[in-house]
Amino acid sequence: MADDFIYELSSPGRVGVALPDSDVPETPIPADTLRPELPLPELSEVDVVRHYVRLSTKNYGVDTGFYPLGSCTMKYNPKINEQTARLPGFTNIHPLQDPVTVQGAMQLLYEMQDMLAEISGLDAVTLQPSAGAQGEFTGVLIMRKAQIARGQGHRDKILIPDSAHGTNPASTAMSGLHVVEIASDADGNVDIEQLKAHLDDTVVGLMITNPSTLGLFDQNIVEVCRLVHEAGGLVYGDGANLNAIMGIVRPGDLGIDVMHFNLHKTFSTPHGGGGPGSGPVGVVAELAPFLPAPVVGLSAEGEYEWVWPAQSIGRVRSFHGNFGVIVRAYTYIRMHGAVGLRRVSEDAVLNANYMQARLLELGDYPVPHGDRYCMHEFVAQGKIAGAEGIHTLDIAKRLIDFDYHPPTIYFPLIVPEALMIEPTETESKETLDGFIAALTQIADEARSDPELLHTAPHHAPTRRLDEVRAARQPILAKTSA
Amino acid sequence: MSLNYPNDVRYAKTDEWARYDGELVVVGVSDYAQDALSDVVFVELPALGDVVAAGDEVVTVESVKAAAEVVTPVSGEVVAVNAALEDTPELINTDPYGEAWFFKVKPSDLSELDALLDAAAYEAYNAEREDH
Repeated sequence: MADDFIYELSSPGRVGVALPDSDVPETPIPADTLRPELPLPELSEVDVVRHYVRLSTKNYGVDTGFYPLGSCTMKYNPKINEQTARLPGFTNIHPLQDPVTVQGAMQLLYEMQDMLAEISGLDAVTLQPSAGAQGEFTGVLIMRKAQIARGQGHRDKILIPDSAHGTNPASTAMSGLHVVEIASDADGNVDIEQLKAHLDDTVVGLMITNPSTLGLFDQNIVEVCRLVHEAGGLVYGDGANLNAIMGIVRPGDLGIDVMHFNLHKTFSTPHGGGGPGSGPVGVVAELAPFLPAPVVGLSAEGEYEWVWPAQSIGRVRSFHGNFGVIVRAYTYIRMHGAVGLRRVSEDAVLNANYMQARLLELGDYPVPHGDRYCMHEFVAQGKIAGAEGIHTLDIAKRLIDFDYHPPTIYFPLIVPEALMIEPTETESKETLDGFIAALTQIADEARSDPELLHTAPHHAPTRRLDEVRAARQPILAKTSA
Repeated sequence: MSLNYPNDVRYAKTDEWARYDGELVVVGVSDYAQDALSDVVFVELPALGDVVAAGDEVVTVESVKAAAEVVTPVSGEVVAVNAALEDTPELINTDPYGEAWFFKVKPSDLSELDALLDAAAYEAYNAEREDH
């Protein structure tokens, strides 16, 4: 049964808070700014608490169970992050304060810029972008401005491999550039011959996701970067899959010129409805003058200050990014240290390879690139032999009955019936085994009782939703009865 | 569930079909494409009078699974679009070769049709893709 909206629980005159009498003279609000009605719900405190606690019990998050959503890195978010983000020195300040009075917060931002530069092997970092896709947008604008500065303003194309993240083409189009898709070769790497064919003097650069959305490390990445540079292009590295390579390989060393970091993925800040993202962007020295303004600098006198890069693309967000998220990610990096971050990536890759190997061994689900070691994720297919009418969607819905969040499905697009599984490093072997066991049982059910899958989920708060009707005839606002 | 590959159209490897009626080339997407997309929920058609070149992305199709670009297999001027698809995109799932045609092109180079596959070759191509 659907829950009532909080407005429907409202009762005229009911209040949850008793305000004290005002101890200052009342100042009337100007009549032209008053509105005749403001339909806010009226409830007692307990009504409000019960309403939201009840709703929260229907939610599924990484704090309630395994969440192997490929390319989203739904790792556990350590609770100490929440403690540091709530320190009064961070919560009781305002971005417009005199820098002298917020040196601690600025030091944190400065050190965060430094740490991300070190992790990525790049030279300068902005913390402004609000999330990954805005980081991409920022990075593409920087690439374009750098090409203009090189006297190459006529360049208007961005090459994007078909194993890249789905947001890359959108970020490119938003920047007014044209997208050219590059195919993957049989091994899942960028097709070098196709890349060469498109590398001419109209290319701003390449946007590559490495490891790719196939969960594979591009074996020719150094050659790919070299070819793009040789043609006068720049290389953007989508950092969404950074969780596989921290402390092992640095994108800057491979030839990447620009990349974004998903603090909400790799650096354990809440996402997927749990909080805003954060998508800092790192660049090589040549591109540092174009970073969004301001960045945090350190003066000769040892004071942190706001610095406007000489040829900045401007602001991409108000103030200094999602500061609270940056505090959480900073905490995560400090808690792990360099050795710990490398261990994070090693365990993330180990967990994914364990699951891939188990699935290959059991044989119910094809793994198109199962002949290669995967990185932190891999792509299986919901094509169960002997169950031809069953699709990946049915398998995903059935997994909900086993109390798992389904993997990413139908992405990447280049793998039909894709099931993209990313366990992350924070899961135990028992959890991974439990999930594999569920997939095995579902494969058996697919053959013996396909209807069970077609009508799944059976134990969730709602049964199978009509996604077609929701898309064709969406009801976007609840109309009053 | 076997897919339908009629012989009266020619196919692109990008899953469009083209039917030449002696004057115009009618374009749609194949049964293979609609099956892979699953339920289509939105279609964005080209504008009448658009001059298109073979290989241009001219239609966007969105399903519950994915968004896909449809390219025109022939060059020429768009002289008709199937506006019915805007309100009833499900036609693409129910009648991909008939009621769900996308647009008609007044072709500028009929030899482009020769580069397309016949039904048997396209079916074989799809079988090979499925094995991959």
